[in-house]
Amino acid sequence: MTLDNKPLDATGLKAWLLAVAPKSPAQARCQRAYLAWRSFRSNPIGMIGLCIVSGLIIVAVLAPILTRGTGLEPNLGNRLQPFSWDHWFGTDQLGRDIYDRIVWGSRITLYIVGLVSIIVVPIGLAIGTVAGYLGGWVDNFLMRITDIFLAFPRLILALALVAALGSGIENAVLAIALTTWSPYARIARAEVLSIRKAEFILAAQAQGASSARILLRHVVPMCLPSIIVRLTLDMAGIILTAAGLGFLGLGAQPPLPEWGAMISTGRQFLLDQWWVPTVPGIAIFVVSLGFCLLGDGLRDTLDPKASDR
Amino acid sequence: MHLKETIAARIYASLSSQLRVLSSIALTLLLTFIGLTSVTFTIGRIMPADPVLAVIGDRAPQAAYDRVYKEMGLDQPIYEQYYRYLGELSRGDLGTSIMTSQPVLEDIKRFFPATLELSTIATLIGILLGVPMGVLAAVNQGRLIDHFVRIFGLIGYSVPVFWLGMVGLLVFYGKLDWVAGPGRIDVYYDGIVETVTGFILIDAAIAGEWDIFHNAVSHLILPSLLLGSFALAYIARMTRSFMLDQLNQEYILTARVKGASETSVIWRHAFRNVLVQLITIIGLTYASLLEGSVLTETVFSWPGIGQYITTSLFNADMNAVLGGTVVVGICFVGINMLSDLLYKTVDPRARS
Repeated sequence: MTLDNKPLDATGLKAWLLAVAPKSPAQARCQRAYLAWRSFRSNPIGMIGLCIVSGLIIVAVLAPILTRGTGLEPNLGNRLQPFSWDHWFGTDQLGRDIYDRIVWGSRITLYIVGLVSIIVVPIGLAIGTVAGYLGGWVDNFLMRITDIFLAFPRLILALALVAALGSGIENAVLAIALTTWSPYARIARAEVLSIRKAEFILAAQAQGASSARILLRHVVPMCLPSIIVRLTLDMAGIILTAAGLGFLGLGAQPPLPEWGAMISTGRQFLLDQWWVPTVPGIAIFVVSLGFCLLGDGLRDTLDPKASDR
Repeated sequence: MHLKETIAARIYASLSSQLRVLSSIALTLLLTFIGLTSVTFTIGRIMPADPVLAVIGDRAPQAAYDRVYKEMGLDQPIYEQYYRYLGELSRGDLGTSIMTSQPVLEDIKRFFPATLELSTIATLIGILLGVPMGVLAAVNQGRLIDHFVRIFGLIGYSVPVFWLGMVGLLVFYGKLDWVAGPGRIDVYYDGIVETVTGFILIDAAIAGEWDIFHNAVSHLILPSLLLGSFALAYIARMTRSFMLDQLNQEYILTARVKGASETSVIWRHAFRNVLVQLITIIGLTYASLLEGSVLTETVFSWPGIGQYITTSLFNADMNAVLGGTVVVGICFVGINMLSDLLYKTVDPRARS
């Protein structure tokens, strides 16, 4: 019996994924992803996080099916209703269904989180990898800038920036991104420093690959796991900052169903209609917690050294 | 002779390494300061509102507009304007607030102690509860207290502070009536105690007004517990992880083999080595509470710098917003650098 035939019970896809000797690079990659998934699957905390986050994404995608309205039209005859079969989470001060608004608000949350990631990760990766790979004065210069941004007070600066640019989701995202990218540059640089002298990099250099090619094809993929872990863990902070800006009236503007803004407008009803500001708060909490748990689980899987911290 | 020379060389080497650390920190501080001020300067330039119109109003004749435009130095090249801005900052001139029509610095002097009082007490709560909790969690790794610290930390990372503050007010002030409501002190006590330090607790104690002292405590307790529990979550988590690092080292095993008691191993051996790292964490926490109290202050109508900045913001009072940002930013950067410096001078390993 050869080793290739060992997983007898497994057939088809599973056998292909567990084959001892992968036949193509693509198969090897799929195998690695499958093994990572197997190790992640055994982590209950991470799985809970994954469920919450994928739940958020599903809710956001299926929002038109899950709701009966857009959650924007006021219905003044129906103000401040408590929980009922018709209105699962009650209605707010303008008679809008809170459940509808929460569901549509998940799109805003995902939009903010996605936009911040799209801005922050490439900037951090570019600065960190270039600094680490080239070294010397470039490294010094770029890391000084990174340190400056690392030392900035995040919320206050976001406040001032939004004050100057005007309220709105995009400006809030810009303000958050400006104060969030620096740790990614640090992480990317640290990863690059640890692999800069590795043999596969030397081999690529010997084959005459340009710096840009080495950075993009060989260095950046090595940085991605720790960047993804950090990003997932940062998501909660990003969501909370965005909600905080919304709460202060500086993020998404009413009537948009942004959860922070919903808390802010529902605040005056706390005493008698407690559900109006409470439900969006719970939504923010659950989603942030989901990202925290997912990040914890991912860290245990992708970066076992750093777990237990 | 030979020995003396080596000792001299060693002292010289250690001094020069200390000096290098100091100068590098000073350079970072300088650069960070330049970075911070250029960001606030840029924000002041990109804002859509015309700063000249803010001063003279939009009905003023063109000649007056041109004169003020020149007086404010807006016709100068941008680096001249920045240089001028730095000069004003170093003299403590943050401009005049439109809302209170007072110098911004005076306003900040009035509002800042409230923030300082709140975040100092919150940090103290975080340290006093968080450090023992973290140590206990590390010692009892995998047991109940450990899970508790972990869950508490996760909640601390995920709960919106403004929402929790609101719910806290509802329960403990609205329903149970255990604590006083929003604000720093009841209205009828306002202005009785002479302002000496700006900290109401200390001022009331100096004046011997214990009624006011109790009232201020009753106002302070909810927001400071709230902020404190966020500090606690972070401090406990970091303490746990630092302690675990130490407890797995061989010198701990040596101490145990030598027959040291468990208390001595934990507190005299392991904890001592954690202390230095903790300083940095506590510095970071304090700095982030200083700036993070903005949302808490809004919820509790706490008359601090965060509320000053947000109310100014809605009144388009840009001088006040930027002045407040610069002051908080300098404190934030300062505390961070200070804890960094402390860390590097106390721990020789961090110097290399």
